[in-house]
Amino acid sequence: MVLFVIFCPIVAAMLIMVGAPARKTALAASVSAFAAALFLLLSFDHNQTDFQRVTSFTISPEWHLSFTTGVDGLSLVMVLLATIVTLAAVWFTGTVERQENAFYACLLFISGGAIGAFASIDLFFFYAFHELALIPTFLLIGIWGSGNRVAAAWKITIYLAIGSFILLLGLILLYQSLPVAARSFDIRALDAAARLGQISAGAQRHVYLLLLTGFGILISLFPFHTWAPEAYASAPAPAAMLHAGVLKKFGLYGLLRLAVPLLPEGAHHWANLLVVLLLCNIIYVGLVTIAQKRLDWMLGYSSVMHMGYIFLGIASATVLSMTGAVILMFAHGLSIALLFALAGELRERTGTLIFDELGGLGKVMPFASLAFGFGVFAAIGLPGLANFAGEIMIFFGAFKNGWEMNRFHIFQIATALALWGVVISTVYMLRAYRKTFMGTMDERWKGIVDLRFSLRLPIAVLIGALLCYGFFPQSFVRIVTPAFRTDLVTNKR
Amino acid sequence: MTITAPELEIAVLVIGMAILLLEAFATKIDRRILAFVAIAGLALVLMASFFVSPSASTSQATGFWSFYTADRLSIFFKQFSLLTTIFVLILMTDYAPVLRSSFPGTSLQAGLGEFFTLPIFTCVGLMSLVSAIDFVFIFVSLELVTISFYVLVSFTRRNPSTLEAGTKYLVLSALSTAFLVYGIAWIFGVTGQTNLQQIAEALANPATDRTGALLGMVLILVALGFKIAAVPFQIWVPDVYQGAPTPVTAFLSVGSKAAGFVVLIRVVQPFLVLPQTERLIAAIALLTLIYGNLAALPQANLKRLLAYSSIAHAGYLLIGVACFDTSAIGFYLAAYLLMTLLSFAVLIIVAQQTGEEIADFDGLAKRSPFLAFAMLIGMISLAGVPFTAGFLGKFFIFYVAIAQHQTALVVVGVVTVGCGFYYYLKVIRAMYWQSADKIDKIAVNGVSRLAISALIIATIWLGVYPQPILDALKR
Repeated sequence: MVLFVIFCPIVAAMLIMVGAPARKTALAASVSAFAAALFLLLSFDHNQTDFQRVTSFTISPEWHLSFTTGVDGLSLVMVLLATIVTLAAVWFTGTVERQENAFYACLLFISGGAIGAFASIDLFFFYAFHELALIPTFLLIGIWGSGNRVAAAWKITIYLAIGSFILLLGLILLYQSLPVAARSFDIRALDAAARLGQISAGAQRHVYLLLLTGFGILISLFPFHTWAPEAYASAPAPAAMLHAGVLKKFGLYGLLRLAVPLLPEGAHHWANLLVVLLLCNIIYVGLVTIAQKRLDWMLGYSSVMHMGYIFLGIASATVLSMTGAVILMFAHGLSIALLFALAGELRERTGTLIFDELGGLGKVMPFASLAFGFGVFAAIGLPGLANFAGEIMIFFGAFKNGWEMNRFHIFQIATALALWGVVISTVYMLRAYRKTFMGTMDERWKGIVDLRFSLRLPIAVLIGALLCYGFFPQSFVRIVTPAFRTDLVTNKR
Repeated sequence: MTITAPELEIAVLVIGMAILLLEAFATKIDRRILAFVAIAGLALVLMASFFVSPSASTSQATGFWSFYTADRLSIFFKQFSLLTTIFVLILMTDYAPVLRSSFPGTSLQAGLGEFFTLPIFTCVGLMSLVSAIDFVFIFVSLELVTISFYVLVSFTRRNPSTLEAGTKYLVLSALSTAFLVYGIAWIFGVTGQTNLQQIAEALANPATDRTGALLGMVLILVALGFKIAAVPFQIWVPDVYQGAPTPVTAFLSVGSKAAGFVVLIRVVQPFLVLPQTERLIAAIALLTLIYGNLAALPQANLKRLLAYSSIAHAGYLLIGVACFDTSAIGFYLAAYLLMTLLSFAVLIIVAQQTGEEIADFDGLAKRSPFLAFAMLIGMISLAGVPFTAGFLGKFFIFYVAIAQHQTALVVVGVVTVGCGFYYYLKVIRAMYWQSADKIDKIAVNGVSRLAISALIIATIWLGVYPQPILDALKR
């Protein structure tokens, strides 16, 4: 079943490349992948903490390399997120003016790559599947992008390529830091070795730094974030939805899956650095976001800023904050996809996303205005929407903190400062909402029509999921928490 | 019946002679038939090569076997050379129309016979080169390769740039040969041996003059640096690659380079006792990586871009040599064979319609989705995207480099991979983003389509399942 979820989009993309009807095939693939992911969720065995539905094909015995897939709570949530956003993105694509087949194939490759990375238990395929998205992203932004698409496409591609090769070095170093007999690319074997303390503290520090840099570039951690807003602003809406909503979560998933549980010493050693960087993500990028004059750029920056909260959850390494980080990853994926989808529709109708030219669109587009409001409130973190559940868990967890030093320590300061991030995001989100949907409307926009009924459905799915897990986050917490080890070195201190 | 390794070379040599005779006496036939006869013959030899059982040579071997080894590595690279030659011959049949135009006034098929025969003799040279474990035999085989390349590089001699390429190749190649002979003389003077294993034993003896041996090794490194296009001996590469007929360029960049690396591995091994050797190779690798990748960035001509990319790949391979890991190098070369031949195959077909500039590939995705896809796979494999052979090649190279703590090489390697993404994706950008002036379809004949499909499948197959090559390289 896991294999079906992974290969459904990939096979569909190949069929589309050889000439199958693009939209129908893509929709069928994303609906069936979503259905399969739902099935995985419903049939998930809560009593089992290990990976479930594992299938394995040996590739190279001497390298202990095999194509192994399976899901535990953490990866299941991510797979679910990927399939929901894929469905929404494909649905929102509609007809593409030129090279329609290539567009859908690229979207499905990104989606299949992300799902494959989340569901791989083998490090090699975990890495390789993520890279599957690289070239399609380049093409999507380059061919169908808007604005400064050429520069944006180059920037994202080079950044991500270098980031992934740094990550690759980290993974190789991780593999080599194990004793020869224990070397394996299997995450379960690595985890067992880490529990036995087979990774020396020195090696943990090196590997963690490499992984943090590599994943950090992919997630747009503070000094490496400049590719993200530009790329998301120029990308066609479905590509931005998938990339900001799903693919960027790959790095966070990697940190949660590998860096913290396998390298607790390294995580502890570099925690202060990470806290400083993530505060820059929240405060500095937050202020930059306020200064934006275009909706698409503002959304791009806001997605960079929100990564800061998730980093806070990972850096503080308590079970509570890491669970919160996963919920926020899920919620942020849905809310940013919703916002990018609506921004894309707006751009299609008005041809501009500059705040000064927009305004009063709520009168002609009541549904879009309502949906955008939901997205805005979710992004701010209003109770009742899933983001709130994630953020509050992160803040509580970080304030309590995994390292449990007895004084007023850096994590408490960081939490206090990060709370101001909520204020900052309230400012820019509400301002964007006011400038776009409220106020006086320009004469030009009188003829604009609201979203078609068929487009309201994916929006409703996204909002429904946000509300559902906003009111019942416990259903996710129950799945996710067992995936985290409660015996982390950090938790014992 | 058992087949021994030297019989493979003899068989290829016989095929070459037979084709020459056939051309001389059967003047009426379409010369392209000769190419297909040669391809069929080489394919048979390739199949036979799988029945050769490898045997490691010992330092006590005498007579012929003190010159010649039939170990696993050499068998693997004999198969490699045969496969390369087969693909080059296929590329040459595609290139035949271009060749006609450069022989004006004579019959339509003038020169085609030699054009198809020379690669076979080069192949014999490559095959014996990878088996050579004695400096005398290395020299003789290397000359067989080089001399047939002299002719091949300047084959379309009416074209001024080809003539320039031929002259450059001739002069610099002769110079590098001189370095080789001088180095061999020094080493023979110091150790009294030409057999590599006996040299190793002599060098292990503390009484041997190490300074003289080092000088000899450096001189030989210069000569081999020329063959593998390592910086600072790479000056000839861009002009020769650009000027030579495209199938010959492909042959140069794959066959000549692979053989150069095999010889390098064999020659370096005895000298590993000298502490300078590893540092020297690491320094050359660094320079090659930086120069090859940076110089490739601004190129607008695809053939020239591939020339610089071949320098860049020599850099990654030299990381493997600096770490002395045969299987990483072998795998990288196998991957390099597939992706380079794939790129050249598409280049030859497209260049006949439009040209060799990257801008000539504009809108190829619309004119021929098949060729564009083939080029896409070739380029992402050269760049190192997972699920292609090129990625696994880089993976193994970086793996051994990290295992041996070659931090500088790893850091520079990663940065230059980033450069690589830029210039390889430039080609993808031209094919998929840009719109073309011409919109007529590009036809691909059946044999080329088959060859290109085989290369695409092999590139992806090796990227997912590398075990067959790793097994073949296991000592």
